Amino acid sequence: MRIQRNVARWLVVLSALHAIVACAGFFAPYDPAEQDRKSPYLPPMRVHVVDGKGHYHARPFVYALRLREGAFDQYEEDTTQSYPLRFFASGARYRLLGVLPSRLHLFGAEGSRIYLLGTDAYGRDQLSRLVFGGQVSLLAGLLGAGITLSLGSCIGAAAGYYGGWRDDVLMRVAELFLALPWLYLLFAVRAFLPLAVRPLAAFFLIVAVIGAVGWARPARLVRAVVLSAKERDFVRAARGFGATDVYLLRRHILPETGSVLLTQAAILVPQYVLAEMTLSFLGLGVPEPAPSWGNLLSSLQQYSVLVSYWWMYLPALAMVPFFLGYLGLASSLQERGPAYKIGRRGLGSLT
Amino acid sequence: MKTRGAKSLCCRMLSMLVLPVLLLAFYPTGASPRQKSTNEELLVVPGEVGRPSGRLVVSLRGEPKTLNPLIAADARSREVIGVMQADLVHINRATQLTEPALAKSWKISPDGLEYTLVLRKGLRFSDGQPLDADDVVFTFRVYLDESVHAPQRDLLIVGGKPIVVRKVDAQTVVFQLAKTYGVGERLFDGLAILPRHLLEKPYQEGKLGQIGTLATAATQWAGMGPFRLKEYVAGQRLVLERNPYYWKTDAKGNRLPYVDELVFLFVANADAQVLKFQSGETDVISQVSAENFSVLSRQQKGYAMTDAGPGLEYNFLFFNLNDAGEKASPEMQRRQKWFREVKFRQAVSAALDRQAIVRLVYQGRGAAIWGLVAPGNRRWGDEKLAHPARSLERARALLREAGFSWGTGADGESVLQDSDGKPVEFSILTSSTNADRAKMAALIQDDLKQIGMRVQVVPLEFRSLLDRVTQTKEYDACVMGIASFDADPNSDINVWLSSGGTHLWNPSQAHPATAWEGEIDRLIEEQMSARTFEQRKKLYDRAQEILAENQPMIFLASPDILAGAKNSVGNFHPAVLEPYVLWNVEQLYLKSSPENAAR
Repeated sequence: MRIQRNVARWLVVLSALHAIVACAGFFAPYDPAEQDRKSPYLPPMRVHVVDGKGHYHARPFVYALRLREGAFDQYEEDTTQSYPLRFFASGARYRLLGVLPSRLHLFGAEGSRIYLLGTDAYGRDQLSRLVFGGQVSLLAGLLGAGITLSLGSCIGAAAGYYGGWRDDVLMRVAELFLALPWLYLLFAVRAFLPLAVRPLAAFFLIVAVIGAVGWARPARLVRAVVLSAKERDFVRAARGFGATDVYLLRRHILPETGSVLLTQAAILVPQYVLAEMTLSFLGLGVPEPAPSWGNLLSSLQQYSVLVSYWWMYLPALAMVPFFLGYLGLASSLQERGPAYKIGRRGLGSLT
Repeated sequence: MKTRGAKSLCCRMLSMLVLPVLLLAFYPTGASPRQKSTNEELLVVPGEVGRPSGRLVVSLRGEPKTLNPLIAADARSREVIGVMQADLVHINRATQLTEPALAKSWKISPDGLEYTLVLRKGLRFSDGQPLDADDVVFTFRVYLDESVHAPQRDLLIVGGKPIVVRKVDAQTVVFQLAKTYGVGERLFDGLAILPRHLLEKPYQEGKLGQIGTLATAATQWAGMGPFRLKEYVAGQRLVLERNPYYWKTDAKGNRLPYVDELVFLFVANADAQVLKFQSGETDVISQVSAENFSVLSRQQKGYAMTDAGPGLEYNFLFFNLNDAGEKASPEMQRRQKWFREVKFRQAVSAALDRQAIVRLVYQGRGAAIWGLVAPGNRRWGDEKLAHPARSLERARALLREAGFSWGTGADGESVLQDSDGKPVEFSILTSSTNADRAKMAALIQDDLKQIGMRVQVVPLEFRSLLDRVTQTKEYDACVMGIASFDADPNSDINVWLSSGGTHLWNPSQAHPATAWEGEIDRLIEEQMSARTFEQRKKLYDRAQEILAENQPMIFLASPDILAGAKNSVGNFHPAVLEPYVLWNVEQLYLKSSPENAAR
C-alpha cells in the first residue's frame, strides 16, 4: 500500500509540472521569441513588498531596472517608481494547449516588463523561454520514449515468442544497436538532413531519430519477460484450447510486460529529454528562436556568459524537479513491480 | 652546386668567427650586439626607448601551416611570417601611410610607370648573409613565376602585364609597370624579400612549395624580419629568437628588437586564449571579442585592455543573385525574383536595426556601417554616403511599390506575400563557429519578422558555407564578414569587380550581369590607374554610392579592434590594421617589473 501511495505521489508531482509546461502560454508572461533589445542580460528582478521608504504594500511590486550610463549589461534598480504585479493580466497572444487562442497570463506588471528569471543576450524573457522550452524538450522525451517502447516491445515480443533463428537475428541486431555510439549517430543523421528545416519539422525529426535508436534495451527486457511468460501454465492451457499466437500475445503474454515497460518509460523519458537537450545545446536541435532547454543552456558554452551572468544557469536548475520526479516514479514502480527486477541504468548512459 | 654549398658553409663559419670579434669590439662590457656598426644604414624608429631582454609570449589560433611566404594562405601563417620577414616599403599600421623599410627611399617617374627603389646599405638576413639587389630581383622573379603559384602574383600584375624588375646596381632596383597604378608604393607592403642563397636551389628544382615547413632546421631558414626561427614543438609552441642583424634601431641607437624571444603558443579556442592571458601565461592578447573584453576589463589584475576603435572588418548580409538558370528549382527561381528586385533589398536594408547589432553583438564596441569602407579606414570612406536610420514604414512602402502585399498568417500575424500571393520565406546562412554573426542573423530574423518576412537561420560550418556561396550557389542569403588587410581600396578589389572571386553575391562573372555592376567595374578599374589621391577618391566615392543604392550587400556593422597587454609590456599600441598588436613587435619590451612601471 505504501508503495502504491508513493507511485501516486510522484504521479501528482509530475502531472503538476507537466500541466505548467503544457499551459506554457498562460504561465509565461511573454512570447518566448520576443526581443526587448534595450534589456540584454538583465538580471532577475526582485519582487518587493516593502518599498524604499519602509512602507508595506499588500500587492507585491517590482522596480524597473535601468541601464547604468555607458554600460552594456550593468543595471540598477530605479526606486522612484514601483510597478505592482498584476495577476491574470492580458498580454501577448498565444494558443492554450496549441488550440485555444487567448491573451490571459498568470501574471504581468503594470506599465513595465517583468523578468523574474532575467533575460538573455537578446533581451528575451528567460522564464517564458524556460516554460515554452519545456514543451519542446518534454514532448520530445515523451514521444521519443513512446516510439522506443512500441518498437522495443514489438521486436522483443516477436523475438521471445517465436524464438529460434528469428530470435537470434533480432537479438544480434539489438546488440548492434546497443554498441552504436548514440551521440555520433545522432550527429550524422542530423547532418544528412536538409539545410533549412522549419522548427516543427526539425522537432519531429529529432524525436524520430532519438526514438528509433534506443529500442534495443527495452526489446531485450520484453523478450526476457515473454520467454518466461510463454512457459506459464495458463499460457499453455490457452494454447491447448486453440488460441492463436496473436491472441496469446495480446491477452496473456504482453500484459505481463506492463510493469517492465512502465518502469522503462519512467527511465527513458528523462534520458530522451537529455538527448534532445544535448542536440540543441550543440546547435543540432530545434533551431532558434524556438526555445528548448538545450537552446537555453547553449549560451553557457561561452566563457563570458559563464562568468558574467549567473541567471543563465537557472534553466539547468529548473530541470531538476522533472528528472527527480521521473526517477522517483521509476524507482517506486520498480519496488511495486513483480518478480522482474531491472538493473537500474544511469541517466548518463546516453550523454 | 658543390662549390656554392662549400662557399656558403665557408661564409657561415666566417660569420661565426667574426661575430664574437664584433661583440668584443663594440661591447667591451660584454653586452649583446645591440649597437649599430658604422657602415650600416639602419632605420631609426621614433618611440619610447625600451629595455632589452626578456621573452614575450603570445597565443596563436592554432598551428601555422608554413613559414614560407610563397604558399602561406592562412591568417596564422601570415601572422608568424609577418615577424620573420620584411618588405621594401611598409605601411605604418598606426598612421596607415607608407614609410621606408628595406628600401631607404623610392622615386616614381613623372609618367608613373617607373619606380626606383634604393636599398639600405649593410642589410643582412637573419643568418648573417648580406641582402642586395639580386635578392630583390630573385624575389620578384619567384613571385611572378606562374609555376610557383604564389598568392602574391595577382598583386604584381598591373594593366594585365607583370611588373618588370631590373637591377641597376647592388643597391638600386627599378620596377617597370605597364600602366599607371594608383596604389603607388603601397604595392610593396607585405611582399617579403626572400633569401636567394637559400631558395635558389629549391626554386630551380621546382621544390619551393615544399620548403619552409615548421619543422625546418633553424639554420635552413632566414628572413629580414625582427625574429628568426629557434624551436618548434608540434602542437604546442613556436619559439622565435631576436634577429641580431635586424635593420632598425631606437632613438638611442639600440638595435631592435628589444625582446630576446618571441613565443607563439598554439591555443585554438578564443576562450582558452582569454584564460591563458588572465592567468598570466601570455603577455598580450588580440582579437578579443566584445564579451570577453568586458570580462577581462572587469577584473584587470596586472594587465590593461585597449579599445583601438573600429577596425577594417565589415559584416554584411547578401542575397543569392547568381543566375542559376534552368537548373534551379521553381521555388529557388521565385525567391531569386524577390532578391533581384532592388526595392526588396532596399526594404530589407531599411528594416534592419544596425544600432541594435552594435549594442547587442558588440556591446557597443563597434560601429554601424552603410558601405563597404569600414570606419577604421581613415581616408577612403565616402562622407556623403547616407546613413538612414531604421524605418519600417520606408521598408513597407518600398515593398508595396515592388508589388508585395500583406496577408494574415495562421496565428494572426502579418505575412508578406509576393505578387503571386506566395509568402516571402527564405533562409540565412551563418558560420556556426562565429557567435557574433549567429547573433546578427538572429537579430535580422527578428527585424524582418516585423515586416512579415519569415526567415530561418541556418548555422553551417564555415567551409561548407563558403562552398555553397562560391561553388554550388545553393543558398538564399548569407551573413558574412570580410576584414580588409589594407586601408587602400585595392585590397578589396575582388569584392568590387564582377569578375572577382569574392564578389560574393555573384562571383567570377564573365561579363557584368547588371549595368550597375559594369559601372562599378569601370570606376574601380579607372581609379586603379588614376594618379592622384583626389581623383581616385572621387571615383571610389561614386562606386560606394552605386553600391549603397543597389544594396547587393547590406552592410551591418564593424567591430572595434580589442586587445590587451600586461602592464609590464612597453610600447603596446594596438592598431586597427592587421597584425593588430604585433605590428610594432620589434619595439615591444618588458619593463623590469610591474612595480617599477607603476612608479
